This record gives sequence, C-alpha cells and structure tokens, in this order.
Amino acid sequence: MDLRSYATDGFWDELFDESLLPRPGAEQLVRRLAAFSHGELAARQRAADKSLLTMGITFNVYGHEAGTEKIWPFDIVPRVIDAHEWTTIERGLKQRIHALNLFIDDVYNQRRIVKDGVVPDWLVDSGKCFRGPCAGLTPPRGVWCHITGTDLVRGGDGCMYVLEDNLRTPSGVSYVLENREVMKRTFPQLFEGLRVRPVENYPEKLLAMLEYVAPPQSRDPTVVVLTPGIYNSAYFEHSFLARQMGVELVQGSDLVVVDRKVFMRTTRGLERVDVIYRRIDDDFLDPQVFRADSVVGVPGLMDAYRAGNVALVNAPGTGIADDKAVYAYVPQIIRYYLGEDAILPNVPTFVCGEPDQCQHVLSKLDQLVIKPANESGGYGIVLGPRATRQQLDDCRDRIKANPRNFVAQPMLALSRVPTVVGDSLEGRHVDLRPFILYGEEIFVLPGGLTRVALVKGSLVVNSSQGGGSKDTWVVQRPNGDSPAAPTPSR
Amino acid sequence: MLSRVADSVFWMNRQIERAENVARAIETTLGLALEGTIEPGRLWNALVCAFGDQSDFWARHGLADQARVFDFLAFDPANPNSIYCCLQAARENARTVRDMISSPMWEEINKCYLSVRGASAARADFADPREFIDEIQRASQLITGATDGTMSHGEAWHFARMGRLLERADKTSRFLDVEHFFGGEEGAGRDPVRWSSVLESASALEMYRKQYGAVSRKDTVRFLVLDRAFPRAMHFCLVKAEESLLVITGGTKGTHSTPAERHLGRLRATLDYADIDEIVGDSQAGVPRGLHGWIDAFQTRLNAANDAIHTTFFALRPAGTVAEVG
Repeated sequence: MDLRSYATDGFWDELFDESLLPRPGAEQLVRRLAAFSHGELAARQRAADKSLLTMGITFNVYGHEAGTEKIWPFDIVPRVIDAHEWTTIERGLKQRIHALNLFIDDVYNQRRIVKDGVVPDWLVDSGKCFRGPCAGLTPPRGVWCHITGTDLVRGGDGCMYVLEDNLRTPSGVSYVLENREVMKRTFPQLFEGLRVRPVENYPEKLLAMLEYVAPPQSRDPTVVVLTPGIYNSAYFEHSFLARQMGVELVQGSDLVVVDRKVFMRTTRGLERVDVIYRRIDDDFLDPQVFRADSVVGVPGLMDAYRAGNVALVNAPGTGIADDKAVYAYVPQIIRYYLGEDAILPNVPTFVCGEPDQCQHVLSKLDQLVIKPANESGGYGIVLGPRATRQQLDDCRDRIKANPRNFVAQPMLALSRVPTVVGDSLEGRHVDLRPFILYGEEIFVLPGGLTRVALVKGSLVVNSSQGGGSKDTWVVQRPNGDSPAAPTPSR
Repeated sequence: MLSRVADSVFWMNRQIERAENVARAIETTLGLALEGTIEPGRLWNALVCAFGDQSDFWARHGLADQARVFDFLAFDPANPNSIYCCLQAARENARTVRDMISSPMWEEINKCYLSVRGASAARADFADPREFIDEIQRASQLITGATDGTMSHGEAWHFARMGRLLERADKTSRFLDVEHFFGGEEGAGRDPVRWSSVLESASALEMYRKQYGAVSRKDTVRFLVLDRAFPRAMHFCLVKAEESLLVITGGTKGTHSTPAERHLGRLRATLDYADIDEIVGDSQAGVPRGLHGWIDAFQTRLNAANDAIHTTFFALRPAGTVAEVG
C-alpha cells in the first residue's frame, strides 16, 4: 500500500510526523501497513466488521426504538502511544485521581478546601451531582472514585490535555478488551515482534479492587454488577464485565434489602451481597432516597450502605468531581491536597459561574466550545465556530438563565490517526479514554479507549453521534531511547 | 443462581427447541406435499393445528396453503410461535443472561438470529424454504452442542436442559396427535406414510427402523412415547428433565419437597408404568379414551408441571419469606 499519498493536513498525526515519517513506537506498524497488497486493508476491515457482528458487540442508541442495537464501528488501524510518553500520562492520571478522591472525601466531610477558599462554596453546593445524603460518610477503605475514565485529547501543539473527568459510571472499557480481541483475530501478524502492553488482565484487576473495598466484616465477599437492563446503552459492557469477572449480573428487581442488608433473590432463596458495582446513576439507585420514580433501583439500598453493610462502586456522590465547573479547579485541587503541580494540564476553561469569566464567554461565543457542566455522552455541546446564529442565540439565553451550569473552552485541533476509508487511509480526529482503578493502589490500564470521529472533519467521537473506536497500543520500543514528550505551548 | 436468570435460561432453551421442531415439521410436510397423496389444503392445515395456532391462523389468513402456512410458521412476527419470534425471544433471553452462558453459545444464538432476521427481511422472494429449514435445525443442534460442550454442567445448565426437554416432550406429543389434526379422517390412522412422517418430524425414523422395522401405528406410538433411550421420546425427555430438576433441588427420585418435583415426578411415573394398549385406545379393559384423549391428558399434566416449575423457581417471592443461604 502506498502511504505517500497520506496527508496530515496540518494536524498533529498520531502515527506520522510532518514529514510523513513514523513517530516513535509506530515504525514497525507503518512498515507492515506499507507492505499491504492492493485490497488487503479493505478485506481486513470487512473481516473485523463481520467478527464484531458475530460476537454481538453492540450498544443501544437512546431515542430510537427500544432495543435498537448497533454495532459500534471499529477501525482496524491502531493508535500507537510510545511507552515513554505513556509513563508520563500514567503518573499524571494517578496524581489526578488521588487528588480528586481526597477532594470528594473532603467536600462530604470537613470541607477544608472550601473553608480555605481554594474553591468557592457555590461550586460545591450548587453542583447538580452533589448528594446531600452522602454528607458525613466515608466509604470502605476511604475510596470514592473506584473507577474513572478520564478523557484526554492531544492538541495541535502535540501536548496531551485532560478534557473531562468521568467519575460516575464511565463506560467503554469492554470495547478496549474486545477491540484487542478482534485485532488479534483479524490481524495476528501485526502484533508479531511488537511489545504491545497487554490489557487482558483488566477484569482480574477490577475484581481484586471490588473485593478489596468490601465492608471489613465480609470475609469472602460476594460481588455483583448492577445493570438497569438490556435496553441500557451500555448493557453489553455490563454483561461483559460480569462474565469476565465471573460474578452475577443483577437488575434492581433481583435485589432486596432486609434488615439493612442487601440480598439477591436466587433459586435457593436469598443470598447476601457485599459489593455492588453499580452501573446505575445515583439518581436511580434508591427510590427511598433519590428519585422516587426509579424502577431500576433498590429500595433501602442507601440505608444498607450507610449502615456499612454493602459497598457501592463508585460511591454515591462522586459526581461532584465530575462536574465540568469543578474540573476547571482541578489544578488548584491537586496543589491543595498534594502540594504538586498537575502533571497533565487542563484545557483552558472558562467557568460561567464566575461573572467576569461569563462576560468573556458571552462576548466570544462564536469562538468557543460551550459545554453543560453535568451532561455526558456529548449531549448539549455547542461548537461556537460551527454553530448557526440561531444556535448561538439559544446558547446565550441558556447561559444567562443558568450560568452555573456552563463552561467554555477554546476549539481544539484534536490530533488525528490514519483511518480506513475504502482501501486507503485518511486522517480522522481522536480522543483517548484511559481507565483507572482505585483499590489497594491506583492502577491505570495501558492505553485505553481511542474514540474516533469517523465523519470527515468531524470532532465528535461519541458512540451515539457517529463515532467509532480503535485499538490502542502502548508500545515499548526495542532500543529504549527516550525523546522528550511535548509540553503545552503557552 | 438468580431466579430471573434461571427463568431466562429455561425459556431460551425452550424457544430454540421450539424453533427446531417447527422447522422439522415444515420439512416433513414439504415431503408429504411432494408425494401428492393428501390434498394440500388439508395437509398444511394439519400442520398449523399441530402447533395449536389454528384459530389465530384462520382469523388472519383463512385458507391454508403452502405459502401462507410457511410464512406464518417461519416468519410471522405476529405469531409468537413462529421460528422468527422464537429465535428473537431466545436471543433477547440470551442477552439478559449473556454473563451466564459461554461465548460459543452466545455467538451461535446470535448468528442464528441474524440469519433468520436476514431471511425474514427477504421473505417476499423466498425461493427454496429447504435451505432455510436446514439451517435452523443445524443451528439449534450447534447451540445444543455448544451448551453441552462449553458450559459448566451446573445449575444453569440443568435449567437449560430441563427447558429443552420439556419443550421437546410437548412437541413430540403434538406430532403424535396426527389423526386428530386430519379430523379423524377414515383410514388416516392406518396409513404408514403418515406415521413415517410423524417419525420424521421427531427425527426418529432411522432409530425406529433399527428397533421395529416396518412402520405401524402402535409401534410408532410405543417408540415416541415410551422409549427410554431415544432422545426425542417423551419418556426419555421426562426422565432426563426430572434428573436435572433433582440436581437443582438436591432431592431424591421418588420423594418431593417442591410442587415442581411432585408434578414432574408423577408425570414421569405415569410413563414408567404405562401400557401401550391403554395409550392407543385399543384396550378393552377400562374406558378407552383413544390416542387423542390420552395425549390431551398428557399435555394438561405437562402444563401443570411447567406451572409448578414457574412457581417453585421463577416467581419472585416476597422479601423475608425465605431463609438466607450460604
């Protein structure tokens, strides 16, 4: 295959530098791609698509007819991260999660950070995901954010930025594992001789973490995964993780609270449950405490949790650290708790809850990306430079009505990765979601989920909006030399 | 295991078994139609009756012919017993228990559903149903094989087997009721061709021949009801289903601690001690009910056993009424 016609179009490309030479770690992959015969790339892509369909790797799209499953598009050209750069990313993520966990514990208990004036009190108290019922609680082992899926992006300057902290119930890790599986099925020779860090041990690490955070009195803890059911967009992942860990996948109706203890209904009666990896939002967990209309939750669950009889993962209330306005303060949060500078920089962010920043945002609306502070899945985002006048006016009205609920960031020139289009390659924009487990220690899964905007020129990588995914390789180079990772341009 | 999961595993297997039986019955009827000895309308009507969906069919389609009946039994989304609906339901069940079953099982179920969905979308220009029918049977057997070969033979597997075997016992009993479906037609019961086709519907003709040679009414009934070694014979199905039930409950044959054990054990015992002359209605002693009457009574009791399994294992019990275990 002729790679000379490939163009980076002035974007940072993850595989090639400006002179179309492979980046560190990508040399062997590029050599193998170049050796492809005519038609081979397209044939491999078709084989991978077929494999996904047979394996039933699907997601549901909200707003469509119930049960509409789709195959999440997968692109066979992997994204490569040099192991040396990965070391920095890994350190940065551990630092960030460590600090955020301290932050959550603090805001539900002493609130030192507010009293010391590092973050304003309105930021915490008006947070849509701040959970009053969690005040005064400390979860088993002091861990709140057991599982995080931080979104990273690389800008035009080549620097990795944190775009979002996802500390509630981040999804996508099943695709990391299945993408690797599909790659091995359809592309075995690509791996030969390459030292790609394995991801297959994630379920074991996850189970070990879940057992570690069990209430201290449970000696042989029973772990379950709690799903809203087969019509949830991430049901595939819920069942995948339960299966990989060898634990029960339960729905709310399978659980019952008796005497402040949680049980599941089995063919032999009630069986005690110690740890719940819940994939249900706080709001729906327990109709007695949160939303009364929830039919997927378990009445009395929070009571059992407060009594210390069950561990909930992630702990209810972690969403406060997931708030995009709080995000803007994370560098200060890291400095406050750890006395360190953030290793991974934030994308510059304007918090509309601060009047002067809000004024700036309103005057530059057509140049900024506007995000609601508490949505996920890419919903509600307005790309200023690509919005119509009407959309900008609507956006301005929404910000004025509730400034607390919005933040704004500059448009980023997201990096690109060569992606299969027919039988050739074109650059498509990507982000990266590494997964971090917080148990006895903090573990970062090597690589993570690379999401790719398959539509030409698009920056939206969300599965619900035309995004796909790629396998992500953390590659150890044989000679071990180590170029410096780019730092942000100021 | 979770009650909800047990329910899904049980039904998933019933639905796959049902689809396979529908497919095989269609195949047999296609064969009979080629022989041309039976008027096609009657033949296809009898097939609809065999699955008990005649009133729905008549109401929506009127007269039976090959095209209508085939479409009704293979693809009709409004017929809950069509192959399409069975496999769609089986796959939905498989999705809800995806964490309990092995990947080979799931992949076979998923592939089978995708292929039926594809065939259903192109049903308007369906040239040769045989290929489709073959594929359904092959898929069902692959799924059964994957279940036996790749899933631990623990509680979930026993629920799976129990579901499959109870469904099979029901379908075999329905195929045997052939005289009734032809409206008690004079001489139909003595026609060896029809009894051959009954054996074929249960995939039993070869095994039958090894044991009895020529096809006769009485020996066909004897084989399909009472045989202890043929896997589609009703007696075999009940013996093995009861074995699975006892593994699940930890009970002993001959005793019972749940309604499920009582109902299924009693029905199995009926076949243990059954007399072939009583079944085929040739008995002079007692009141001859005829084959149809006997099958009818069997199906009623089989349904009662199914209901008992439902209340024993699947129906969610109110909190606090059951003791905590391990």
